[in-house]
Amino acid sequence: MKIKSGADKAWDIVFVIFCLLISLMCIIPMINLLAKSLSGTDYLVRNEVYLLPKGLNFNAYATVLKDPKYIRAFIWTVFLTVVCTILSLTMTTLCAFPLIFENLRGRKAINIFITITMFFNAGTIPNYLLMQKLNLLSNPLVLILPGVMSVYNMIIMRSFFYGIPDSLRESAEIDGATFFEILTKIYIPLSKPVLATLALFYAVGRWNGYSDALMYMREAKYYTLQLLLYNIINNINQVEVATQEGFSTPGLSASLKAAIVMFSTIPILCIYPFLQKYFIHGVTMGAVKE
Amino acid sequence: MGKSSKTSVGSSKSFVVYMKRYWQLYAMLFLPLLYLVVFKYAPMVYVQIAFKKYSLVKSIWELPLADNHGFEFFIKAFKNNDFKYALRNTLTLNLLDLFFGFPAPIIFALILNELCFKHYKKVVQTIAYMPHFLSWVIIYSLALQLLAPTDGLVNMVISKMGFDPIPFLNDGKHWIGSYIGFGIWQNFGWGSIVYLAAIAGINPELYEAASVDGAGRFRKMWHITLPGIKPTIVVLLIMSLGNILGGGFDRPFAFQNNLVMRVADVIATFVYRVGIKGLQFSLTTAVGLFQSVVGIFFLLMANFISRKLGERGIW
Repeated sequence: MKIKSGADKAWDIVFVIFCLLISLMCIIPMINLLAKSLSGTDYLVRNEVYLLPKGLNFNAYATVLKDPKYIRAFIWTVFLTVVCTILSLTMTTLCAFPLIFENLRGRKAINIFITITMFFNAGTIPNYLLMQKLNLLSNPLVLILPGVMSVYNMIIMRSFFYGIPDSLRESAEIDGATFFEILTKIYIPLSKPVLATLALFYAVGRWNGYSDALMYMREAKYYTLQLLLYNIINNINQVEVATQEGFSTPGLSASLKAAIVMFSTIPILCIYPFLQKYFIHGVTMGAVKE
Repeated sequence: MGKSSKTSVGSSKSFVVYMKRYWQLYAMLFLPLLYLVVFKYAPMVYVQIAFKKYSLVKSIWELPLADNHGFEFFIKAFKNNDFKYALRNTLTLNLLDLFFGFPAPIIFALILNELCFKHYKKVVQTIAYMPHFLSWVIIYSLALQLLAPTDGLVNMVISKMGFDPIPFLNDGKHWIGSYIGFGIWQNFGWGSIVYLAAIAGINPELYEAASVDGAGRFRKMWHITLPGIKPTIVVLLIMSLGNILGGGFDRPFAFQNNLVMRVADVIATFVYRVGIKGLQFSLTTAVGLFQSVVGIFFLLMANFISRKLGERGIW
């Protein structure tokens, strides 16, 4: 380390404090929410809850966990997320792998065919009319199929595949391995980082998405957790909710809302820090190579 | 396949040999390409209803052409006040996002790069990436918890200090500020990843040479780091400019409420409300087509300008 001047050290401290403030800005909303979800009704009504819970209790969480509506939506969304992630990774791999072979005939045409879809999107209404035509409206498959592959993610995977030395697959080809074997025995085992990254991207996309359920799903039993949350936050069917669960006081419903938000956020917040080194790599690759 | 091989003699035989080896690759591509045909190309067929009178009972190929040589619905859209607001709001919000939201990750990356405690830097990064993993519904509910007029945290503090509460989410101007602010909040950390990677790719010798020449921290930032990440900035700027009339549905829709629709309704939510809810399919398809075409035009323009300025562009 070089010796730093006084001014330099002062700037170091400024940057450290700045980053501390930024971090606080990111987590204070979550802390406030957590505090509200754990607070007693009286304190909430009197607006006395800041960052620490007052009148600590777990009633709101108990209500959420006892209500089949939330549990159902939670399990359904977990199921959807797992299925979508697996299908999406499979499709993305199947699309990316063949395209790295330069002597694949028609490769250029296929690449153009794929790229066009990135630049021109038919639009909301044509998509909606197509779902109607395919009889997918209110069919649970509508939450899986339309977004099963992202071309952007496919390009990330393809550029990862390009980074695997050609010599590996060439020697396997000489040994008589089929392309399918090359994919499953060489490429997939070497691609764990990119698979982890894309799994996270797909899973977060499915977990957080609500517009497809909003537009295409009329059956309340197939609502995803985020759509249910949207309806609760905006007091859609407020009367029904209030009578069903027997609360009319704003305090309890405030802590309940907070508990539901926590409930639907926690799974992702628990996962993403462990995948950090992977997704950093994935984002970088997507941006560097178009 | 379409391309014939170089030797025309015996090409059919070589094609058989080729397919014997390569059929597996085509088999792998089958499902992904089928997906693109069904879910990306097939909906393009329906774009034609922008120029036709939609009817539930007729097949879309038999629909009669709309008035004014098929442009009736484009004319109607531009006479529609709600659409004019949506168009204006889309542009305003995207421009504000560009102006305030675009530099934020760059500044954050530059500052992170100056941090000399490695573990601290890592913790800050992990925390800063967190908002990106929250859905817009959750972010809006956080915004409500923070900014609601009576029981929001910020307004509780403001009232306690003796000022009047600020209607952050219920008044047009304040709403725009909150919307843009939470946009920055959600993206500044995640957006910085790309710039940090670009910074990591800068040749360290440049910094050493600059130190020898007596350049301070900020001169190095200005003369080495910024030029080093300029190509990345340009690429991302082109993509943002290309998206100036675009924008997702989830964020504005989650943030909207009845009090602020004048400034909060954007094209994506207008299309949902008037199209899917209001069943005016032709009008909203016309709006969507207009948005797509203008989007492509902006992207090409931005790319063209960046190439003229000697940058590499996105293709």
